[in-house]
Amino acid sequence: MKRNPHLTQKIAFFLLLMATLLIVVPVGLIVVIIIQKGLPAINWQFLTDIPRQGMRAGGIFPAIVGTAYLVGGAIVFALPIGVLAAIYLSEYSKENVLSRIIKLAIINLSGVPSVVYGLFGLALFVVFFKFGASILSGALTLGIMILPIIITSSREALESVPDSFREVSLSLGASKWQTIRNIVLPNAIPGILTGTILGLGRAAGETAPILFTVAAFYLPQLPESIFDQAMALPYHLYVISTQVPNVDEKIRYGTALVLLLLVLFMNLVAIIIRSKLRKNKKW
Amino acid sequence: MRKIKELIIEKLILLCGLAAIFFVVLIFLFLLKEGLAVFKMVSPSDFMFGKSWYPISEPPKLGILPLIMGSLVVTFGAAVISIPIGVGCAVYIAEIAPGKIKEVLKAGIELLAAIPSVVLGFIGMVTLVPLVKNVWHLPTGLTALSGSIMLAFMAMPTIVSIAEDALYSVPKNYKEGAFALGATHWQTIWRVLLPAASSGILAAVMLGIGRVIGETMAVMMITGNAAVIPQSILVPVRTLTATVAAEMGEAVVGSEHYFALFAIGIVLFIISFIINVTADLFLHRKQ
Repeated sequence: MKRNPHLTQKIAFFLLLMATLLIVVPVGLIVVIIIQKGLPAINWQFLTDIPRQGMRAGGIFPAIVGTAYLVGGAIVFALPIGVLAAIYLSEYSKENVLSRIIKLAIINLSGVPSVVYGLFGLALFVVFFKFGASILSGALTLGIMILPIIITSSREALESVPDSFREVSLSLGASKWQTIRNIVLPNAIPGILTGTILGLGRAAGETAPILFTVAAFYLPQLPESIFDQAMALPYHLYVISTQVPNVDEKIRYGTALVLLLLVLFMNLVAIIIRSKLRKNKKW
Repeated sequence: MRKIKELIIEKLILLCGLAAIFFVVLIFLFLLKEGLAVFKMVSPSDFMFGKSWYPISEPPKLGILPLIMGSLVVTFGAAVISIPIGVGCAVYIAEIAPGKIKEVLKAGIELLAAIPSVVLGFIGMVTLVPLVKNVWHLPTGLTALSGSIMLAFMAMPTIVSIAEDALYSVPKNYKEGAFALGATHWQTIWRVLLPAASSGILAAVMLGIGRVIGETMAVMMITGNAAVIPQSILVPVRTLTATVAAEMGEAVVGSEHYFALFAIGIVLFIISFIINVTADLFLHRKQ
């Protein structure tokens, strides 16, 4: 018996559509559930108060502040190194074994499991450099983790600047570095910004790297220096969902919602910058 | 003067260019530094194939076979779920979905990639775990199966986006040739596009699996954390990553337990290294 190819196509396309819906529908549901159940928990007090009664009441302010410190610290560390590394790859390196090894290293760096970053941060920053469990240790660990994101997106941004820009600048007598600083970098800023914000979002949401390097189980006060421990939003969510019994469901959903909104907001900003960038391209 | 300044800047750029290599090596060295000490107390084969993990008993038993089996069971389950769905979704987005819907679907996939794993773990705890418990009438829903389903989700953005790229990079004239010979769209996809994109799709699958093996928080929250060799997919298991995350907080720096957890870190690092290098080879082979 000969199968009807058009019927086969119909069945196949239907199955492919189902596969797609199997991914996209749950994603939508997850977001809707968290918003629906988390929104009632969110008010000014929840966002600005310290946790009370063993985290069963009060707010999440110290966790928000801790995450802000960690993300800020990570970016201060990773942005300059990442952008300079991208400049090297896009402007200086030649297609040779070294650049191939660097690219492989970047791929590996982005593939290392997040808990292994936690171990590394513990061994290097907490124990070896004796920073202790502190914002500094955590921020540096997160910084190394988001380095590949920043390098990759910055490199793409730099490489998308047309060569004719460079040639004009060089022909006017500018040096290579002057050309990079005055011509290439300014044109690549939106792309670099996109990568940076994506890196921020990743750093804000990761839990495993900060487990042993910074996170405080319960610390109802704000950190005073970068050598202090701090609470952080993702770790706080983990703690109140699994380690503390009888936490009001509302507080859990509320914390999840704040974290989700924070991360999604950053991704949204990055997506908007990227689409503007595509529209406004001058070349 | 300007020359000197530029020379310094260019050296700095070169230095930062090498930073990625430096950090990969540094991570590996520090894992080795802290992890290799465990092999003074237990032989590598007893460590890898020892059947019991009781790190704080006296004397401690440091066999990670139950943890490896836990990771394998969860990863296998996640792969079975995520590979067909992920590749199917990639084909749908790359070939079938019309323009506007395509953008929406891609945004949805990006959204999934952006959700922090601890949030997915939390959602898994409150929705998926009770569901698994009720459907199979289990004493607990914290099982390898719950972990597999959740991890399948986390692998999908990786699989979809890389497989989609692989499909796009198939030269257009392959497709036109197939159409010209009278093949239907599906026949073209099945007989021409998928085989032509196979090495990229294989890389996508490998990287997705790499993501699953390395995942920590969600898996720790929903697989039940029982460090025993699993007899089925409906029992609690404990993965390599969850063990490190759950136990490092209590391990005393410099103890056997501490060294053993770092040795697990070495195992994880090597697994991810092999997966990433192999996947990269597949990705570059097509060019």
